[in-house]
Amino acid sequence: MESLTFRHTTQKALPGTKREAIIGVVASGNLEVLLERVLAPDACEIAIETAINGYGDVWEAVVADFVARAQPGGLRISVNDGGARPDTVSLRLLQGVRLMED
Amino acid sequence: MVAWRNERAARDARLEAGRAFADGKVVAAGSVTDLLEAVLRPGDRVCLEGDNQKQADCLARGLAACDPARIHDLHMVQSGIVLPEHLDVFETGVARRLDYSYSGPQGARIARMLYGGQIALGAVHTYLELFARYFVDLTPHVALIAGVSADRDGNLYTGPNTEDTPTVVEATHFKNGLVIAQVNEIVERVPRVDIPGDRIDFVVEADRPFYVEPLFTRDPAAMTETQILIAMMAIKGIYAEYGVRRLNHGIGFGTAAIELLLPTYGERLGLKGQIATHWALNPHPTLIPAIESGWVTQVHCFGSEVGMDRYIRERPDVFFTGSDGSLRSNRAFCQTAGLYACDMFIGATLQIDLMGHSSTVTQSRVAGFGGAPNMGSDPHGRRHPSETWMKAGREAQIVGDPALMRGRKLVVQLVETFGEGLVPTFVERLDAMELARKTGLELAPVMIYADDVTHIVTEEGIANLLLCRDADEREQAIRGIAGYTEIGRGRDRAKVEALRARGVIRRPEDLGISPLDADRSLLAARSIKDLVHWSGGLYEPPAKFRNW
Repeated sequence: MESLTFRHTTQKALPGTKREAIIGVVASGNLEVLLERVLAPDACEIAIETAINGYGDVWEAVVADFVARAQPGGLRISVNDGGARPDTVSLRLLQGVRLMED
Repeated sequence: MVAWRNERAARDARLEAGRAFADGKVVAAGSVTDLLEAVLRPGDRVCLEGDNQKQADCLARGLAACDPARIHDLHMVQSGIVLPEHLDVFETGVARRLDYSYSGPQGARIARMLYGGQIALGAVHTYLELFARYFVDLTPHVALIAGVSADRDGNLYTGPNTEDTPTVVEATHFKNGLVIAQVNEIVERVPRVDIPGDRIDFVVEADRPFYVEPLFTRDPAAMTETQILIAMMAIKGIYAEYGVRRLNHGIGFGTAAIELLLPTYGERLGLKGQIATHWALNPHPTLIPAIESGWVTQVHCFGSEVGMDRYIRERPDVFFTGSDGSLRSNRAFCQTAGLYACDMFIGATLQIDLMGHSSTVTQSRVAGFGGAPNMGSDPHGRRHPSETWMKAGREAQIVGDPALMRGRKLVVQLVETFGEGLVPTFVERLDAMELARKTGLELAPVMIYADDVTHIVTEEGIANLLLCRDADEREQAIRGIAGYTEIGRGRDRAKVEALRARGVIRRPEDLGISPLDADRSLLAARSIKDLVHWSGGLYEPPAKFRNW
């Protein structure tokens, strides 16, 4: 197990009013993402619990690209990872943001 | 006096020795080892039919039981290393040298035996190449083949999995070799004659039906959103872009996803009849929805697939079938079709390097190639144009007289940036090179060389290598779609953006595709059971795929 936390400042707040959303499942090669609108409009925090150690730099790159693309201002995102590949992580994060924009 | 009939005399002597264990041509299953010890000689070249699917397993067990004091140092020349017995013979010393093509299920063990020096490896061939050598310098002295049934004269019915049999028999029988066939049953009259009886010397009624490997069944239930995204990009960015009508698919989940998206996503794009109409392909169950939706004009097959026989019988407009109604496959002809008559090969691989060389060999597994190096190559002997081929040729050619331009075959690698267990697909150096160094192979087992590859598709985008003008552009085009692998993170971002502006790299959004659209609801079938429904109950999946 490894715990990682990344904090980013965004250029804008994520649109929408939904307070909370959850997507995905904790399974081998998959992940669960919980999104909560609880932070300042220009702040985003992503906390990761992963079953696989040693991929900190990959997580950092995936999270940075996600934040730049989605501008998820105001969200605290908790990730429960079962060893998902980076592309699956990106996809789940984007799917979660779409739910919050509803 | 020069003697011109030494081989014939040797063949007659072997036949005579074998007759002691036969009633006419018929040999009991329990006498196989006696028969083989009688007709084989140390050092013989032997083809033990191990195809992609059909296995001469009764004869394989008989050969593995031979006394190495009598039969030793055989040179095995067979396309597939599939059964444990195919390698057992190298452990006992019955066999010593090996020339082959494919070793999927035995890939890990063959790697260990190569490193351990138990196998003297000639080369890992592509199918057509090994078949060609059967007629030049690897002609078998004895061929051990498999069929469904035979009559007492040896007339052989191979069933839908004809595969390598006609080629093996042709090379062996007509050059003074001996052909021994195992069949599931001896009958009065065979349903159709695939091999005439005068080419078969002995027929063994096997103790149980021959083993068939269900290699081409991909369960739609296991398809991921990433594979669907890649499939969408391939359909829109390559199939539609080049108008690809004549093609061959690999056996991975990525191409299976494409097959399942044709009647849904492809239909929505208005591509029916414009793409994917003529195929060199095994009867993939995942092609059923496209066939039923009227996408597919015809399919020629290398072999059959477990459970597809009834379906194929009821679709003779699409498949090649015999007078008995069942599929007639032929690996040599279908490989030739894939080489010369298809405009695209698209398949997966395990490793790709910075220039685009690819290999399925890893440090611990030597899977062999099968047909990929053949169909995944640009045939310089091709002399007929097609729109697809000419368009690719125009993209590749920047100098020279346009009137003398020739086309290019599309050779597309469809990969996810990470494979199982988070192993990166993109690497600095192929494991195949390390294997070659350690085992003293002169030629590293590269599956598809960089100069044959035209496109690489990953979840991050499509790299069109035809448009790359130097090695640096090529490297950055590959890095630019390599995702979060070390290779991908090592990209020069400015150069990658410049390549994207030129259309060398195309992202999903450049193609009008959102990754969020890649949903399993797009699959025409989401389970094996759905495929059975599509087939009107004609597809009969093997037990291991029945989970209802």
